[in-house]
Amino acid sequence: MHGQPIDEKLSSMSDLFEDYAVAAARTGAYDEMFAPDQVARSTYRQLEGALASLDLADVSSRADSMARTFLDRGVTFDYAGEERPFPLDIVPRVISAGEWDVLERGVAQRVRALEAFLNDVYSKMSVASDGVVPRRIITSSKHFHRQVHGFEPAGGVRVHISGIDVVRDGAGTFRVLEDNVRVPSGVSYVLENRRAMAKGLPEAFSQQPIRPVEEYPRRLLSALRRTAPAGVDEPTVVVLTPGVFNSAYFEHTLLAGLMGVELVEGRDLICRGNRVYMRTTAGEQRVDVIYKRIDDDFLDPLQFRSDSMLGCPGLVNAARAGGVTIANAVGNGVADDKLVYSYVPDLIRYYLGEEPIIANVDTFRLEEDDAREEVLDRLDELVVKPVDGSGGKGLVIGPDASPEELETLRRRLIEDPRGWIAQPVLQLSTVPTLSGNKFGPRHVDLRPFAVNDGEDVWVLPGGLTRVALKEGSLIVNSSQGGGSKDTWVLAQSRNVPIEAEPRHSISIRERTSVWPVESSWRDRQAEQQ
Amino acid sequence: MLSRIAESLFWIGRYVERADGTARILDVHLERLNHLPPEDQRSVAQELLGVMGSRPDHDEFGLPELLHAIAYDRTHATSIAGSLGAARENARRARETVSSSLWECLNTTYYGLSQHRKDVVGTYRFCHWVLERTAMVGGLTDTTMSHDESWLFLVLGRSLERADMTARMLSTREVHTAGMSWVNMLRCAGAYESFLRTRRAAFDDRHAAEFLLMDRLFPRSIVYALRDADEALAKLDPSDTRLGHINDARRIVGQARTFLEFHRTDDLMVELPEHMERVQRAVAQASDAISRKYFNRADELAWVGEVS
Repeated sequence: MHGQPIDEKLSSMSDLFEDYAVAAARTGAYDEMFAPDQVARSTYRQLEGALASLDLADVSSRADSMARTFLDRGVTFDYAGEERPFPLDIVPRVISAGEWDVLERGVAQRVRALEAFLNDVYSKMSVASDGVVPRRIITSSKHFHRQVHGFEPAGGVRVHISGIDVVRDGAGTFRVLEDNVRVPSGVSYVLENRRAMAKGLPEAFSQQPIRPVEEYPRRLLSALRRTAPAGVDEPTVVVLTPGVFNSAYFEHTLLAGLMGVELVEGRDLICRGNRVYMRTTAGEQRVDVIYKRIDDDFLDPLQFRSDSMLGCPGLVNAARAGGVTIANAVGNGVADDKLVYSYVPDLIRYYLGEEPIIANVDTFRLEEDDAREEVLDRLDELVVKPVDGSGGKGLVIGPDASPEELETLRRRLIEDPRGWIAQPVLQLSTVPTLSGNKFGPRHVDLRPFAVNDGEDVWVLPGGLTRVALKEGSLIVNSSQGGGSKDTWVLAQSRNVPIEAEPRHSISIRERTSVWPVESSWRDRQAEQQ
Repeated sequence: MLSRIAESLFWIGRYVERADGTARILDVHLERLNHLPPEDQRSVAQELLGVMGSRPDHDEFGLPELLHAIAYDRTHATSIAGSLGAARENARRARETVSSSLWECLNTTYYGLSQHRKDVVGTYRFCHWVLERTAMVGGLTDTTMSHDESWLFLVLGRSLERADMTARMLSTREVHTAGMSWVNMLRCAGAYESFLRTRRAAFDDRHAAEFLLMDRLFPRSIVYALRDADEALAKLDPSDTRLGHINDARRIVGQARTFLEFHRTDDLMVELPEHMERVQRAVAQASDAISRKYFNRADELAWVGEVS
């Protein structure tokens, strides 16, 4: 594209981007790639050039091959009992260094505030006595667990891993949609997507510096080890999975593999004397840090659901006694309750004394009378979500709902106002996405992942971009026809990651010799070569 | 068995393993290489070619030239296509000795060589395909041939070449690429997960290099490969069981292996270039010694010619 006449560029891309501008205008959303006049934004220029060099046959054969690779590698999610490859679109989502800087700081700020909030909620609850959040909202949260009240987790961290979902509204401003501080999933797709894209669209990589994502497992392991109970020199870390039938099982195996730690199920663990052990061929081995990938409710039948076969009895007491670190801490769900979410900007001001860097989406609290009245009046134009739902479960989009659905919803809202929040329908931003034989605008969100090791919150550059593959759909969840995109954060300048240590091997070769001197008396013939 | 056949088998083992190792190195480094700006690409491509044992013939040597030189160039046995062609040629000469399924596998591989696009995307697929084919050759070698003398020559070639290729994988550390070099070294050898499982926490260049150099259980480590070669040599020459004369090949392989296996140092990374150089030299010398002892028709003919 450098210096290429515009007409020529357009003609080479015309078949793939045909009608894109019309479709993009129809959505009324902010398009990540093209400004309204159909000129690529500067972050997408290189990508546009790379795509322009491909024709439909190239693009679809590469898309096929990426899907096949995913199936071969087992990058699947469980859909109605069937393993499906997680759809990866060939057009990545690109974030400029400047935008990322804001997102990174905003996510880290949020994590620090939620960490402080959780510490407070399970001790003095000064946030309630100081009138920032009503006490009843905290105590009525389904995920507020009195079982873990009154102790500091070993290692001092509660939100080791978090996924903060952000979206761009119609004006192009990033806003936080929800916080996930229990068991945020999806990071395995970030790692796999990058691998697949490096091979599927190599043209776009050499043109610009893209920040790597592969250090995530090492960062995670190092954070988990640093938060081990005090006095353990060489902590043993395990990943606790519900088992092979879990929809995110692939992610559990990938993370355990990339960290080089055991992937355990509840039945592999045993608690004795407030310590946790795993059964191995060499007898019982002490476990110091558990990266928990199961819901709190199933973790410990002594404390939570007694019919759970997935957890291990005694884990919560072991954590209380400081014998084991559980990551993320039990009881974190109170912080990602969607009603609490609406208070997070206040929490940031209260705990950190800072202004929120990324704003929330405007949210109606149905417990407040005025808000409830307004919501009930405008049900057909709002999105209503249950406060503890995840994966888009139970969510109702007013404009798309039938009158009967709205009527049912209305009754449920009046019955249980604490259980729901309402938000305006956001036209999530769009990115070109391959659909049939051309690119069309599809709505995306973004889940950046943050790892907290107690001293520093590190945000993985990029995160998971989920895309609603159906035209016009705003629901990006994989269980409802969503796919994903590789997310590229452009680096400020190239020379940061590339510079290796100075190479002095040549002088060393002359200097050092540790091998015995060669016995040439026997190798005469060989030396003649 | 006939020396000529033994020599063919030895070289089938070497060439197939060379194709395998080269494909692994190319697959991993192509990904890195492709992320670099064009000017860096050129210098890294030239260095990678150097690691594989060749010199660029002109300054403009860049990514496309590298792909040609180490993947597709049929005229040189240093490239993947060249070594697979050479392996097939050797198998053709020893067709009655190798199993028919092994011959067929090598032959099919040879005919599949031309069916790949030679751009970056096509090369990734090519590497993937080569790894599948070489794994198949390895499996058929081990399961469809008697583990007799002929098989031992094949294994001997394979093990020596494997030690050599792992040394080259380690040498890619010196190639100036983005990202962490130790991850690349390990991924070249397919050793990433195995390595992670042996190290609970600390991983860096030194541990990765140590693993690929000295691990006693990982089959692609140099010590392991040299031990395989040593065992094959011992079985091939059972007369050498007591003190006294040991054949040159065994001495060279054995000395290199024991030195590495029991070598302890505080500064492995500084010594690494020397280790690599010595391993590669030991493999070359052992290969020569094996030729002299078992396949020595060329030498003898020359000597006879001189006298008459």
